[in-house]
Amino acid sequence: MFRKIVIGLAACLAVSACNGPEVAKGPSTGVQIAGAGSTFAAPIFSKWAEAQKAETGLALNYQAIGSGGGIKQIKARTVAFGATDKPLKPEELDEAGLVQFPTVIGGVVPVVNIPGITGGQIKLTGPQLADIYLGNTKKWNDPALVAANPGVALPNLPITVVHRSDGSGTSFLFTSYLTAVAPKWAVVGANDAVKWPTGQGGKGNDGVAGFVKQTPGAIGYVEYAFAKMNNMAHVSLQNSSGAFVNPTAGSFAAAAASADWSKAPGFYLLLLNEPGANAWPITGATFALMHKSQTDAATGAAVLSYFDGAFSKGDDAANALAYVPLPADLKARVRSSWSAIVGPDGKPVFTPAQ
Amino acid sequence: MTSEASVLIVADAPRAARGTGLDRAFEILCFTAATFLLAALGGLIVSLMIGGWPAFAHFGVGFFFSAEWDPVKEIYGAAGAVTGTLVTATLALIFALPLALGVAIFLVELCPAPLRRPIGTAVELLAGIPSIVYGMWGLFVFAPWFSKHVQMPIMMSATPGTLWETLTTGVPNGSGILSASLILAVMILPFMAATLRELFLTIPPQVRESAYGLGSTTFEVIGKVSLPYIRTGAIGAVMLGLGRALGETMAVTFIIGNSHGFPTSMFASGSTIASTIANEFAEATGVLHTSSLIALGLVLFVITFIVLALARVLIGRQANL
Repeated sequence: MFRKIVIGLAACLAVSACNGPEVAKGPSTGVQIAGAGSTFAAPIFSKWAEAQKAETGLALNYQAIGSGGGIKQIKARTVAFGATDKPLKPEELDEAGLVQFPTVIGGVVPVVNIPGITGGQIKLTGPQLADIYLGNTKKWNDPALVAANPGVALPNLPITVVHRSDGSGTSFLFTSYLTAVAPKWAVVGANDAVKWPTGQGGKGNDGVAGFVKQTPGAIGYVEYAFAKMNNMAHVSLQNSSGAFVNPTAGSFAAAAASADWSKAPGFYLLLLNEPGANAWPITGATFALMHKSQTDAATGAAVLSYFDGAFSKGDDAANALAYVPLPADLKARVRSSWSAIVGPDGKPVFTPAQ
Repeated sequence: MTSEASVLIVADAPRAARGTGLDRAFEILCFTAATFLLAALGGLIVSLMIGGWPAFAHFGVGFFFSAEWDPVKEIYGAAGAVTGTLVTATLALIFALPLALGVAIFLVELCPAPLRRPIGTAVELLAGIPSIVYGMWGLFVFAPWFSKHVQMPIMMSATPGTLWETLTTGVPNGSGILSASLILAVMILPFMAATLRELFLTIPPQVRESAYGLGSTTFEVIGKVSLPYIRTGAIGAVMLGLGRALGETMAVTFIIGNSHGFPTSMFASGSTIASTIANEFAEATGVLHTSSLIALGLVLFVITFIVLALARVLIGRQANL
């Protein structure tokens, strides 16, 4: 509670700072923009901002307070943009006068700690994963798992389920995926936080990873970037075309590319179980939220110019941090959507060069 | 010119009058400070009540007795978190109190003079370690050790079918209610030890020396003279330690396993009020969810208040004896 107030105050200060006279100079010099939300995207947002600060003098003040906080802050207009891993539904956007667009792709990777098993050796289908998280499959040598993994020596070891204890976009994606692929999961449902039928909760990705690493027989789920950076043994998942895929930058990009964004008003799309032989089934994006009508055209323009610069020059930085940049045609689609963001004069605040 | 004149006038004013002016200002300052604190406290209670009202109104008394916590179906109950809070704090106190007494007695009565300062400083330093550090240490260092050397032997020695077996079931990775209590004990130990040491130091040397003079052993002096002498303050120290254990957040969140509902064994995952709020508040968007978390905050406030009030009553009773 107290922390929220402090963050709120900090955000207010940041916004009042960017409403100051320096904004009038335009987006090229010394502008400060304030954003808040997704902790997942925070590292890449700051990396992008760092590169642009040297170039254009644009400074980003991003508060990684969680997606829920980002939504609250942008609705309260205390920040110039919010960032959420859980996209808002089109009607929710309309109600608040917001627009959203994807900024960077990420995803969720189930990780395991089974003695003698390395990354990608275990193959699971969506319903099998749901059965494990429902507590129905209790041992690694369960007949169903053994049948699905011929040639893999699955030990007689109890399965310890590890999940996120804190409300998180990662949990939202993971439970949404289980809801989509396993009708049985409907008893639990999908949300940032759910009533887990079994298992232990670790705080944050490192909390989950900690429990998984310390418990032989554990299965957990973490963000792709975290799994990659920490070399955790991942599970190979079956996607909607029946192929077992490994989580790689390529398989996330494949999911984003095969998604049909044209039929998703307001970019409301969860990249779950997307078609495509190579698509990773639990893919998501961090979405930026902005007000459709900007009270201050210069601030709106600065935010869009920031994302424009990130799209043009930020892909290497994203790859280096194990994020997945948007595919080119999606970038074009996002850029053309920006014409909906208008200033007090009714004109678009920013027109991308490309 | 005028300013010089006024300085002269002040200098010429009678001493008493000048003193009264300053006194008055000081009085107002102190009064403002005290009432501001009271107003802040009152404001806090009122805002917790307003924030938690939707949850109380929706769930009624059932909020306090249900351990159901389902953010998808929007059903919330405080019983699991309240139980977790009370159990971990009480266990922590049980573990920490004898150790804290031992440390304090050793430092005051038995410790060789050259060691007294280093050990005393170390205890105070322990009290200053941020709780997140205890959390990380608990998860990455303590839990694996605890799992291997305490939890696994206990779990494997339990006879199947007995109550003891039920009490010791859990995931063998060193997390859960008992681990959280032990971490809490380590956290409140230095705080209590430092307070108890200060209390022992307030005992007039004559009192102890007289006891020694009468031929008492060190054990008798501590048990029959020193401890009774500081009893009043010691209860206060214990209650303050309990207060800290009740509200401790980050360290517990890392190690307790964070599952809602009643913990059924000492190695089972549980949750406390503070850990639940820390986990879920940032991402709680629904009105009922946010409100239930604030209501939990109010419950914690009330529990802490009761503990402190109890301490007051006990200390008061001691003082009257």
